[in-house]
Amino acid sequence: MADFISDLDFYQLDELLSPEDRMTRAAVRQFVQREVTPHVEKHFADSTFPLELIPRLAEFGVFGANLKGYGCAGMNNVAYGLIMQELEAADSGLRSFASVQSALAMYAIYAWGSEEQKNRYLPLMAQGKLIGCFGLTEPDHGSDPGGMETRARKDGHGWILNGMKRWITNGSIADLAVVWAKIDQGITGFIVEKGAPGFSTRDIHGKFSMRASITSELFFDDVRLDAGAQLPAARGLKAPLACLTQARYGIAWGAIGAARTCYQCALDYTRARKQFSRPLAGYQLVQNKLVNMLTEITKAQLICLRLGQMKDAGTMRPEHVSLAKRNNVQMALDIARTARDMLGANGIVNEYPVIRHMLNLETVNTYEGAYDVHTLILGRDITGIGAFD
Amino acid sequence: MKILVPVKRVPDPATTIRVLPDGSGIATDNVKWVINPFDEIAIEEALRIKEKQGSGEVVLISVGQTAWQEQLRTGLAMGADRAILVKADTPLDTLAIARAIAKVASDEKPELIIIGKQAIDDDSNQIGQMLAEMLGWPQATFASKVELAGEKCTVVREVDGGLETVAFPMPAVITTDLRLNEPRYASLPGIMKARKKPLNEIAVDSLGVDLAPKLKIKTLNAPEKRQAGRKVASVEELVQVLHTEAKVI
Repeated sequence: MADFISDLDFYQLDELLSPEDRMTRAAVRQFVQREVTPHVEKHFADSTFPLELIPRLAEFGVFGANLKGYGCAGMNNVAYGLIMQELEAADSGLRSFASVQSALAMYAIYAWGSEEQKNRYLPLMAQGKLIGCFGLTEPDHGSDPGGMETRARKDGHGWILNGMKRWITNGSIADLAVVWAKIDQGITGFIVEKGAPGFSTRDIHGKFSMRASITSELFFDDVRLDAGAQLPAARGLKAPLACLTQARYGIAWGAIGAARTCYQCALDYTRARKQFSRPLAGYQLVQNKLVNMLTEITKAQLICLRLGQMKDAGTMRPEHVSLAKRNNVQMALDIARTARDMLGANGIVNEYPVIRHMLNLETVNTYEGAYDVHTLILGRDITGIGAFD
Repeated sequence: MKILVPVKRVPDPATTIRVLPDGSGIATDNVKWVINPFDEIAIEEALRIKEKQGSGEVVLISVGQTAWQEQLRTGLAMGADRAILVKADTPLDTLAIARAIAKVASDEKPELIIIGKQAIDDDSNQIGQMLAEMLGWPQATFASKVELAGEKCTVVREVDGGLETVAFPMPAVITTDLRLNEPRYASLPGIMKARKKPLNEIAVDSLGVDLAPKLKIKTLNAPEKRQAGRKVASVEELVQVLHTEAKVI
């Protein structure tokens, strides 16, 4: 596969990044170029996750990179976003793995766990020695997680967990699952370790999207949990939603990476391929498409950089993330579809990365708050009227 | 053991280089800068020696402008202990740069200087050899394997048509070839640590060495565009053309 990992900095945003931010991006980009892109097409074709990359990414410090302490790198949020961008320039599945490990599983323990839970799990998760997954979505409750049917009931000092979760990234390879369930007082979170009696997983096959990523169902059949398995600070739906805000933040950045790869591929292809008397890129219709792509990517970059600054300053609200996730992923999907079209017949084969990104982005547009749900979140924010409850 | 590694800032090899219309240099807008890849190999080798010995210090040195700090920080993020930027506001020629590094080396007294065999921008392949001469130290250029035992160093060199093994006492200068090692990536915790590592600046004028240019770049030209290939109708014609036109058989 040709290498379309590139730089795209039309508005010289690099000048607004710190040297550490640039160094971080350069290091991750180099890693991705050398160790990921040469193999990713085969993983997608075979529907396998590149497990061999886990220790390498851990050594690099990718997992929980923006968390402080517990063996995490403690990067700022712009640098963290740039990492997500470079990972997704290779494949959305790789970025999803890193998002679930870092922003969902690790962050849940970091934000809502006891000191004992943090010390027990976070350093090993940062080292990639423990893989986490995040069980919120259920077969009948996607955009409406508050309707979840998974329940935990008190049993002496511990709990008995029953229910099922679906569309869980990393589910069957995870050593621990952060599982959200209803108790009498409302929603709370539990850490369920692999091998707990009554806990089983099954992978979802037949995906046309995110093939280089593992997606599973989790089943809990009278799973007995110690009192220490509960995340003590996790009370109510706001706890898992806070984790989603972290993940969506990374997705907003990641989408730029996927869009950039598709744009670069379409640009190179149309400059090289001649039809009639000139390169395709010499036709006005093609230039119009390329210029629209450049414009949209540049706007997305500006949104993310500012969002990262606000996150670091502590002024970012979940609605700010909704706008970025909604815009950037739709933008990336549009660019991938257009690039697919511009490559003609070559756009349907895996000799080029475009159709893979296009298929992946269908998932990215759906998960972590579908496009329409973010529309409703923003609609509620500006009108003061909730349209979905 | 203290190891000094000179580092040069060069355009990213993936960058498309454009020569300025007047031939005085290359266009530097939109150019990404990186550590010279051969110097990166030198940093890696120095770090491996330090890790193997369990102690020591890896010191980076650059002769250039303030912006060169970025490449020194990258080297610190890979694991080097500290860096020295000899600040020169105008570009210097090879001899002046070697003199500046030799002066700092005579103060720092490293046991080894490890440096890339050449920089990928001007390919001049001179600094290592000049340093050895100025310091009066042995040199082993184009190293593909380095082994240390006590005061002695053994280096396998890549020479035309084979390998040559040389042994010499330290202090010494080693220049690195492509196959010596595969440099590590700057890790994210490494990048965080690099922020706090010392990076000292010295004005080149304060070193008291002769900086007068001996070399003048008269003009730079872009390589000529490759001609398109041509199809021949038969094997006979191919052999004919290779013989009469290309003159290779």
